[in-house]
Amino acid sequence: MLILYYMDDYPTQLSSYGTILLLGLAGILLVCVTMFLAKILSPNKPNPIKLSTYECGEEPTGTSWVQFNPRFYVIALIFLLFDVELIFVFPWATVYGQAELIQMDSRWGWFTLIEMAIFLGILILGLIYVWKRGDLRWVKPQHVTPTVDVAIPKSAYNALNNKSYEVRDYRATVQEPVEEKQEEAKPQTSLGFKPRFKKPNA
Amino acid sequence: MTNIEQQLRSDGVIVAKIDDLLNWARLSSMWPVSFGIACCAIEMMGAMASTYDLDRIGVFPRPSPRQADVMIIAGTVTFKMADRIKRLYEQMPEPRYVISMGSCSNCGGPYWQHGYHVVKGVDKVIPVDVYVQGCPPRPEALIGAFLELQKKIEKEQILHDKYFEESV
Repeated sequence: MLILYYMDDYPTQLSSYGTILLLGLAGILLVCVTMFLAKILSPNKPNPIKLSTYECGEEPTGTSWVQFNPRFYVIALIFLLFDVELIFVFPWATVYGQAELIQMDSRWGWFTLIEMAIFLGILILGLIYVWKRGDLRWVKPQHVTPTVDVAIPKSAYNALNNKSYEVRDYRATVQEPVEEKQEEAKPQTSLGFKPRFKKPNA
Repeated sequence: MTNIEQQLRSDGVIVAKIDDLLNWARLSSMWPVSFGIACCAIEMMGAMASTYDLDRIGVFPRPSPRQADVMIIAGTVTFKMADRIKRLYEQMPEPRYVISMGSCSNCGGPYWQHGYHVVKGVDKVIPVDVYVQGCPPRPEALIGAFLELQKKIEKEQILHDKYFEESV
């Protein structure tokens, strides 16, 4: 009876966190076992050519931290936009263009057509914007510096740019205040009277 | 090896030596480097495409030598290319195999005498396991080469050789 009571009230089941913990442990264990097995089974014969970077059979040169022209990202972003657009257009053409659906309600065809026109229109506005900005033009023969109309006169910048700074010797500035502080601190230690420590019964 | 496949067919429980099991796994998934040099590569592509379907014996081209087991030298090996082939071969992990496909890579082929730029056989640069004759060989011949390679892998004892060096 006692045993039954314990079994009912204190079930040894895992909580959800326990399950996650077990899952994590099993994952770590599996990876470790796999790597250990690979260490046992696989032949290990390193040489300089094998350890070098794979570059399609070419000799690797330079660092892998190569700087890309940021214009690639702009083009890639625009491409992605219109790539996703196509993904939406294909199911639209096949699903919403079904003859049965259009026969059921004649407004259906017009509705879906206008919907898609709005969707494409927004994206085409984006394309026009990018085109107008000149981001699609890859070769840019003359460099154009963007000018902004602001009321700050050029003399303000000139004052900043032509300002000369005096560089002081850093050792002199650090040592002086330390000495001064010590001198100032000494007089404060005098109390103005001599303390006497006489025992009252002497 | 036939033993393992018979066991698989009977009840699905396999009792085998680790070496046999490893060999069975390796010969069932021979991954070549995706790599073709000349016209033989067209036949190689044909062998891998739907008509001949090399994938059914586990041959599946990989884009990196790090993941590859087999290198198919499909075409004319020029001296300029030999340098790259050597490096790619070195970058493959052991155990690695080479199939020399076609006359050019076997012995220089039509360039054997006057081809100033052609290596007279890729085996002068890297060790070759299987030679396929033909100019170019048909896809069936390449499939035959893979079957021959399977027979070769079947007899290997990688773990035995690794842990019992004195008996080698």
